[in-house]
Amino acid sequence: METKALQRIYTKIGQITKATCTVKATGVGYEELALVDGRPAQVVKIVGDNVTLQIFSGTEGIRTNAEVIFSGKPPTLKVGDELAGRFFNAYGEPIDGGPQVEGEEREIGGPSVNPVRRKQPSELIATGIAGIDLNNTLVTGQKIPFFADPDQPFNQVMAMVALRAEADKIILGGMGLSNDDYLFFKDIFENAGALHRIISFVNTTEDPPVERLLVPDMALTAAEYFAVDKNEKVLVLLTDMTLYADALSIVSNRMDQIPSKDSMPGSLYSDLAKLYEKAVQFEEGGSITIIAVTTLSGGDITHAIPDNTGYITEGQLFLRRDTEIGKVVVDPFRSLSRLKQLVIGKKTRADHPQVMNAAVRLYADAANARTKLENGFDLTEYDQRTLEFAKEYSDRLLAIDVNIGTTDMLDTTWELFAKNFAPEEVAVKREFVEKYWK
Amino acid sequence: MSTEQSRTTGKVTGIIANLVIVQADGPFAQNEICYIVHQGVRLMAEVIKALGDQAYVQVFESTRGLQPGSSVEFTGHMLEATLGPGLLSRNYDGLMNDLDTMTGVFLRRGEYTSTIDLKKKWSFQPIAKAGDRVVAGDWLGEVDENGIAHRIMVPFTLQGRFTVKNVAASGEYLPDETMATLLDDHNRETTVTMIQRWPVKKAVKAYRNKPRPFKLLETGVRIIDTLNPMVEGGTGFIPGPFGSGKTVMQQAISKQAEADIVIMAACGERANEVVELFTEFPELDDPWTGRKLMERTTIIANTSNMPVAAREASVYCAMTIAEYYRSMGHKVLMLADSTSRWAQALREMSNRMEELPGPDAFPMDLPAIVSNFYARAGFVYLNNGKTGSITFIGTVSPAGGNLKEPVTESTKKAARCFYALSQQRADSKRYPAIDPIDSYSKYLEYPELQKTLAEAISPEWVDKVNRLKNILLRGKEASEQINILGDDSVSVDYHLTFWKSEVVDAVLLQQDAFDKTDARTPLSRQRYMVDKIMEVVDAPFEFDSFEEVQPFYKRIIDKLRQMNYSEFESEQFAQNETDLKEIVAERTKEL
Ligand SMILES: Nc1ncnc2c1ncn2[C@@H]1O[C@H](COP(=O)(O)OP(=O)(O)O)[C@@H](O)[C@H]1O
Ligand SMILES: [Mg+2]
Repeated sequence: METKALQRIYTKIGQITKATCTVKATGVGYEELALVDGRPAQVVKIVGDNVTLQIFSGTEGIRTNAEVIFSGKPPTLKVGDELAGRFFNAYGEPIDGGPQVEGEEREIGGPSVNPVRRKQPSELIATGIAGIDLNNTLVTGQKIPFFADPDQPFNQVMAMVALRAEADKIILGGMGLSNDDYLFFKDIFENAGALHRIISFVNTTEDPPVERLLVPDMALTAAEYFAVDKNEKVLVLLTDMTLYADALSIVSNRMDQIPSKDSMPGSLYSDLAKLYEKAVQFEEGGSITIIAVTTLSGGDITHAIPDNTGYITEGQLFLRRDTEIGKVVVDPFRSLSRLKQLVIGKKTRADHPQVMNAAVRLYADAANARTKLENGFDLTEYDQRTLEFAKEYSDRLLAIDVNIGTTDMLDTTWELFAKNFAPEEVAVKREFVEKYWK
Repeated sequence: MSTEQSRTTGKVTGIIANLVIVQADGPFAQNEICYIVHQGVRLMAEVIKALGDQAYVQVFESTRGLQPGSSVEFTGHMLEATLGPGLLSRNYDGLMNDLDTMTGVFLRRGEYTSTIDLKKKWSFQPIAKAGDRVVAGDWLGEVDENGIAHRIMVPFTLQGRFTVKNVAASGEYLPDETMATLLDDHNRETTVTMIQRWPVKKAVKAYRNKPRPFKLLETGVRIIDTLNPMVEGGTGFIPGPFGSGKTVMQQAISKQAEADIVIMAACGERANEVVELFTEFPELDDPWTGRKLMERTTIIANTSNMPVAAREASVYCAMTIAEYYRSMGHKVLMLADSTSRWAQALREMSNRMEELPGPDAFPMDLPAIVSNFYARAGFVYLNNGKTGSITFIGTVSPAGGNLKEPVTESTKKAARCFYALSQQRADSKRYPAIDPIDSYSKYLEYPELQKTLAEAISPEWVDKVNRLKNILLRGKEASEQINILGDDSVSVDYHLTFWKSEVVDAVLLQQDAFDKTDARTPLSRQRYMVDKIMEVVDAPFEFDSFEEVQPFYKRIIDKLRQMNYSEFESEQFAQNETDLKEIVAERTKEL
């Protein structure tokens, strides 16, 4: 942010806390952006002529006579086709050494789409990963996070999905990204020859954490430009939303708000929903699909961050290391794509829904058998067969290194059914058994 | 109510997110609606606290850019619903603005559209005549709204008795034309149009009495109708962790239930879920009338990205519409997904106002708010002796899936049916994931309902239902024993008991909401399948070893499930039934 003429400058700071300062000022609008001693800040409270500003990088060293310059507007992003191929920080300023982007200046975090102007999503996104395409099929306009412990390769899987997804633009919103991960994304997109389709807004671990709060809105404002103005298919990658939520809790704690579960602000649900609900399919063909990462602590999905996320997103992809096959798999029990109903058996072969459910039921039987084994009981002959099935199912379908078409996935599943079970044990509609049982 | 001249105005003095402090120049009321004028746009707000001449108002819109000094106009009334013909088939936001008549792709703040289409004419038939004595809620005439008799009533706000001076003759009228003139005891005239207004937070009480409900409300969902029946005028709730099937369950009920009118409040949940309704309901048939589902439905959408302050308004508006149609003598079904989002909105505001928090930082009076709301449902006898009902089912989204949290606990006290969704059942794709042991319908214990069930289905029905429940319970116990002791350390009977419960589970409880045939099971078919299940469960099978039990029952389950997937009484249905008989005979012969 640069200082321009006619900007209102105040110097009477009354109160300074860890994250905020309060200045006497008039004519200030709610959520307006300002510079306090050169540091970006935003108006979070106005009572009479006391204006409270949240300083993104913290208040260390701010003097009571520091200069406060109000910008007269909320945070904005200049949008235009030139955004493509560029890397920005949380304020939308270039960090790739390139020039400023010229274009229409838009407020970030803008209004919601009228729900009657949305179109029902119906376009399948093929990723080649059977744990996704077979069991948790993704659809354009969907919002879905990876749930994974910090040691899982979620960023790799996400990048792979993004590159295979046939999007017109891929917009990366990186929050608390390590420098290594930032470079990983840069390299993988560059190697795939996709840089011209990529736009990145990045807050790294070296930047102040509260700045992260601007990243998703920046990314989504750019996404809306391409999806609405240009009717493009836009894929937004948000990683790591747990660090975003952590920043929310830092702010609310510093502002003495009453925390709710897991010291998260009571508004966590609404805060996250405002972002995720930007995912949309428009009538005119443009769309915004959001794939996010929510890191877990010890696989705990009842923590407020994954819990609220799960209530908002259209499913979740749960990554887990399968020790038996030594690979990372997309867990079929805890993963879900809520929009799969819109495409499976319609855009894919008719047996898809039944085959998918039958395989997961049998996989659940195998899990029961494994519990029996762990408790020292003998296995029945059926139990043995479920274990055989589960191992191969895991290796040939659930593992994230699989890359085949959906029809192959279905055929493979039928093959595994026939190898291990009788038709009535599989309990699929008669018409499909007659057609596909091998 | 204040008049135009004396209307209070004010100035904004403080802004904390959507809580705004207003310095008022005159009197105002708790819950009064006011408008904040910001750069020529009027933002609607509600007074939620009065402190001297300061009004604390919650703004139903984003407050971005708002500045102290902005002017405020008080309206003199509380948040009101506009009621009249044409509410059905409409999609409203949480404040009953018609979403379809808004301009542009994005919602613009301060854009308010008319609830009722004032240009549409309705064909009116008088019911009352000059000289009739009437009170609030009495029917003066009716118009045809999508094949449903939409009664034009004495406005709910009118107090006391009136004499009808005249009623318009049959003919085509606009909603705001005068349809009747009433005289009070002092011969003062009141005119009545097709439109009336009602403050949404107050219950409409224009009925004679509210007996205990006694009639089954068929939903086509087996685990509800057979095991945990809902009744006309009943209340129920569906708590469950995310992904356990709350929304799918509610949508199934909304499509299939034997209701005249369905009001759906999408409260703080996903926009794509209402888009699904917008897309499908105009196409799908109401199984009871053959008309399109949308014709009997009103959708109130305040999705999670729409203003949080309007969450509360959305459920109250929906309930008011439900009460309006109940007063016309209709069977109304109201659904709200999710009531937890409404509670959360209350929590956000209560925290902003720095009120003393209750458990989990929810407001202290949450249990009272919830139970007052549920109390607005019910079966009623109207003043003219006709009946009407509001059946209300809400979903609850407990944090972390833990049912020991304030919203679930408050709702459990208020609602009579408890449809608890279990994570475990959802994980193993046993849909609908209603926990058969924990869930209940208190109505099943009502002698009134038992009587109507005996008459409508069969005298033994309630006994059968209780037997089914018992089979499920014993099956669960047997499976626990087997898990502790091991397959071969328990007698074969344990396996039998367990697999009998698996038959009930797989064939009766599990139901594929996405299969054309299985999704909806009419009551007569439920009764047929219950008898089939009973036959299998009662058959005197014997097994030499536990290893024979599972394969045998799996075959039985497979046939029964194939029956579920077949058109009732079709050839395919009959074939599976014959196959089943043969499998059953195999074991019976061996004896
Ligand atoms: N009766 C059912 N039949 C088949 N699938 C179901 C059923 N109920 C739920 N599901 C599956 O579970 C998913 C989540 O259901 P949903 O109702 O959206 O959950 P919730 O509202 O509890 O978060 C659905 O998208 C669907 O895949
Ligand atoms: Mg839901």
